[in-house]
Amino acid sequence: MLPEELLESLQEKIAETDHPRELAVDIMFVLQNHYGYLSDEALEEGAGLLGMTPLELEELATFYDFIYREPVGRYVIHVCDGVVCWMNGYGSVVDYLRSKLGINPGETTEDGLFTILPTACIGYCDLSPAMLINGRAYGPLTTGKIDEILQRLKTEPPRPRMAR
Amino acid sequence: MTAMYPQILFQNRKPDRIATIEEYRQSGGYQALTTVLKHSPKELQQMVIDANLQGRGGAGFPAGLKWKSVADDAPCPRYIITNVDEMEPGTFKDRFMTHADPHMIIEGTILAGYAVSSEKGFIFVRPSYESSATILEREVRIAKEAGYLGKNILGSDFSFDIVVHRSAGRYICGEGTAQINALMGKRAHPQQAPPRSTEKGLWEKPTVLNNMETLVNIPHIVRNGPDWFKGLAKTKTSSGTKLYCVSGKVKRPGCYELPMGTRFREIVEESAGGMIEGSEFKSCLPGGASTSYLPKNFSDVEMDYDSVKKIGNRLGTGAIILFDQKTCLVDATLNLIDFFVRESCGWCTPCREGLPFIRDLIWRIENGEGKEEFIPMLRTMSAHTWKSYCAFAPGATMPVASLLTHFADEVHEHISQKRCPYKG
Repeated sequence: MLPEELLESLQEKIAETDHPRELAVDIMFVLQNHYGYLSDEALEEGAGLLGMTPLELEELATFYDFIYREPVGRYVIHVCDGVVCWMNGYGSVVDYLRSKLGINPGETTEDGLFTILPTACIGYCDLSPAMLINGRAYGPLTTGKIDEILQRLKTEPPRPRMAR
Repeated sequence: MTAMYPQILFQNRKPDRIATIEEYRQSGGYQALTTVLKHSPKELQQMVIDANLQGRGGAGFPAGLKWKSVADDAPCPRYIITNVDEMEPGTFKDRFMTHADPHMIIEGTILAGYAVSSEKGFIFVRPSYESSATILEREVRIAKEAGYLGKNILGSDFSFDIVVHRSAGRYICGEGTAQINALMGKRAHPQQAPPRSTEKGLWEKPTVLNNMETLVNIPHIVRNGPDWFKGLAKTKTSSGTKLYCVSGKVKRPGCYELPMGTRFREIVEESAGGMIEGSEFKSCLPGGASTSYLPKNFSDVEMDYDSVKKIGNRLGTGAIILFDQKTCLVDATLNLIDFFVRESCGWCTPCREGLPFIRDLIWRIENGEGKEEFIPMLRTMSAHTWKSYCAFAPGATMPVASLLTHFADEVHEHISQKRCPYKG
């Protein structure tokens, strides 16, 4: 269940809109932030709020690559495998992350901190190779930079995900 | 150097921060809005038609004519959508522009709204540009407080509001009709005309969707006139400046504002600083992932819609991706087709089935399992994609077809050696 305050803020936002479905992605992001991923329960709650059936919302949830229908780590590392990042070292970035975190793309570390996801071009070609972690972009990446980023995320208190 | 050319869209760009509304105003910002409110929407349309502003989304369709296609007696409300969701691999101008001068985007959107008598605009933003969405949301609020948005703008009869709409990914959402479906909370499938979106788009109402880069030109056209705008370009058939994104094996990857029609060689050598040390130019995709490889002998081409079309290619989004002599173009094509396979919305069979088939053949060639008979198969299958529902799949096969045309030797080498000659 969503906390009363969050629920009310969503209801208010929806009431202000002529077409609640326009907010489907926003609502999914809010629920995903709250639950850590878009659980079945979250999906049903979201659909109820938007006046949609869970199936209608599921059609959207499974369509988008930034909506997570399965549990993910606190930090979701979207490694860009677009053609520019590919030619500028995507392969070594993902290999380094794999060895450093001990997981493959699609998996989450045991401590629940990190998930690696392969991601289509994120539009940081001028900073390639690049990756996105909880809405924040990093690049051009080197092994040293990756170490620094991971270390900081491990030790810093978690910040809320940017909008997602 | 780039600085030699007038900077119109990037005139307020700063190395370390976003231009404020005051800075935008000092540079003449929101004067165009004050001016157009004294004229009719038709006059604004005509001015943009006279300026020959070609839509910057890739097709180059004249923006003024798109506006004009909203019938005078079309129902209301009418909607404007500003596309900040360009997801073509190689492009990032949306991010540069929103971080340089967000009010230029906002004023451009308001002017588009006025041109078609719309009351509401959406700025549709891709998720990997969350910072752009945050900036736009904040600056829209500021513009509203300043009286440029809301009811009776600057004391006129014109009322207009902007909503910043966040997306959650997928390349196809950059396609106009798919974007309209996405906005309505529907699965983002493209929609063929009829009806056109300008007749029945968002919520069945007339909707005009413009690329962000198209709209940022409008305030300048209004303030300086169509002839001035046409004079900015290097070629006769084009007008204005262009935000070229240059990436890949160049010294200074980035987004450069240059006259439309600047020669390819100049963009790469002067603006982007040439190829990186040890790299020689081999080829490029001149307009993003859904354009064709440009062979060496065309490096003098003037980068505008007509000139690039004349050599059988597309300017697309003006996102130039450079490949060097050490990069295997079969492998690059595998990466590109893999992107399109993943991003296909799956609606129609030529795309859903054809693209994975093509990927499989290219994978085999790259991995030493290629056969000569694959080459005609690739051509046939690429041709089939032209029967697909939207322009996505034909775009996806542009790199494939051009690989076979311009880099046939490289493909044959992979097949005859049963290995990728670029892998040690």
